[in-house]
Amino acid sequence: MAKIAKPPEGSWTAHYPELGTEPMSYEDSISPEFYELEREAIFKRTWLNVGRVEQLSRRGSYFTKELAFANTSVVIVRGMDGEIRAFHNICRHRGNKLVWTDFPREESSGSCRQFVCKYHGWKYELDGACSYVQQEEEFFDLDKADYGLVPVHCDVWSGFIFVNLDKEPSQSLVEFLGPMITAMDGYPFDQMTERFSYRAVVGSNWKLFMDAFQEFYHAPILHARQSPIAARPEVQAAGFEGLHYEIEGPHRMVTTYGGRGWLLPPEMLKPMETVTRSGLFGPWDAPDLGDLPAGVNPQNKQPWGLDSFQIWPNFVILIWERGWYLTYHYWPTAFTTHVFEGNLYFVPAKDARERLAHEMAAVTFKEYALQDGNTLEATQIMLESRVVTAFPLNDQEVLCRHLHKVAAEWVDEYAREGAAR
Amino acid sequence: MSDPTNTAMLPEQFSELEPFAPTWCLATEHERYAQRLASTMDEMQAFYDALFPRAEEAIAYCEKFPLDDLPDDARHLLELLHSLVMVSFPVEAWHQPHIPDSGAAYLDLLVEPLP
Repeated sequence: MAKIAKPPEGSWTAHYPELGTEPMSYEDSISPEFYELEREAIFKRTWLNVGRVEQLSRRGSYFTKELAFANTSVVIVRGMDGEIRAFHNICRHRGNKLVWTDFPREESSGSCRQFVCKYHGWKYELDGACSYVQQEEEFFDLDKADYGLVPVHCDVWSGFIFVNLDKEPSQSLVEFLGPMITAMDGYPFDQMTERFSYRAVVGSNWKLFMDAFQEFYHAPILHARQSPIAARPEVQAAGFEGLHYEIEGPHRMVTTYGGRGWLLPPEMLKPMETVTRSGLFGPWDAPDLGDLPAGVNPQNKQPWGLDSFQIWPNFVILIWERGWYLTYHYWPTAFTTHVFEGNLYFVPAKDARERLAHEMAAVTFKEYALQDGNTLEATQIMLESRVVTAFPLNDQEVLCRHLHKVAAEWVDEYAREGAAR
Repeated sequence: MSDPTNTAMLPEQFSELEPFAPTWCLATEHERYAQRLASTMDEMQAFYDALFPRAEEAIAYCEKFPLDDLPDDARHLLELLHSLVMVSFPVEAWHQPHIPDSGAAYLDLLVEPLP
């Protein structure tokens, strides 16, 4: 029995009639051909978040990002002028990977005054200009000005660094993000510099993990044993209903309730939650962040628990009512695998009590995420059987429906452009 | 016999927890998670039963110091509390060291605040 108000159309899904209500195909998650199209149609021509400005804390700070879907690596660097720029991570001389440490396939970070190729010592300024060629006189009519690093479009919104591999991006970053996302502007992301950074290789298509974290219908069931025995019947009987769903362009968000551990009787909590005053929804004692921007809990729903913003194609910002946030990234590496990154960000703990509350939130996050991750591989395996090809999605899974629809639209659009060429 | 106070890892008022210190005073989540998977439920239950009743007292001890300048014994005590968080899931929820159905799945923590 639904307890939370839905739009006048009767359901969230009907509120966005272009989504339809019929059972869905997951062919887009088990087809190598579709993945090849996604690489070109989506990932090589849209804005992708690669990190935060705090990772480039001073002039000369850099980090690299492996972009397997494009068979490339990019280096993002804060120049001596303070500007953040991105370049393909390749030396112009004979194609060596320019920036790496010990393991050529692993990501790297650090600080430098210029980039020096390990192979023949060519040097590049942090603005990409080639500044030194070893034994330059041995070359034939070589002008260093013609051999700068290959730039990648790079822009920053609210401290989040984005790159776009397209030659000429069809939209600016702010146009691409649109009003629903940019309405988060002003949230104090920059104050939340205490970071827990997780990474895993997951044996599923990237969209299946997106789906897992953009619906909470699964939460009372898959994670049932995380609740104390006394709380399980209530949790499962209540099920899950989102407070608010919103879709704008290729992006989507959900507002949910929950997480008010300090209001629950102790038998409904894990003892360690009571001791640390923390849990999945974060520390019970929140930092004072002042007024939040209009885009956070946009409908001002109460009791507010969290907002999960799914930013096309593979980036999630999840803002918790208790004054912290996390991000997810899903980087496809093949049609059946992707790299998952989860980053938790807190206002730095000022004492051991706050630090322990953060540890409780972080450890709880991992317990949940590992349950989710392994379930995805189980889903991938059986989807690939193609024994069943149409799957009913309910109204609390409306955002999953939207993700797959947008993926299909971008692939179709790319195909149409190809036909026109 | 050497003077036991020379080898103590924890503040004196927590000396009864010293037997657990060499195993569970671990600086990183990676080490704590590995120790959890390498431990039996009996071992983790014994550690939990010893520290849990004194957890509030231990937190109160550690929070007296600046987090970025903890004396060694307080830092060890905080690491022990981090390990208590780690074993609380097997002890309070799973009744086994592994997260159920997590199989060979892993999630590596690459960046974390210390301590």
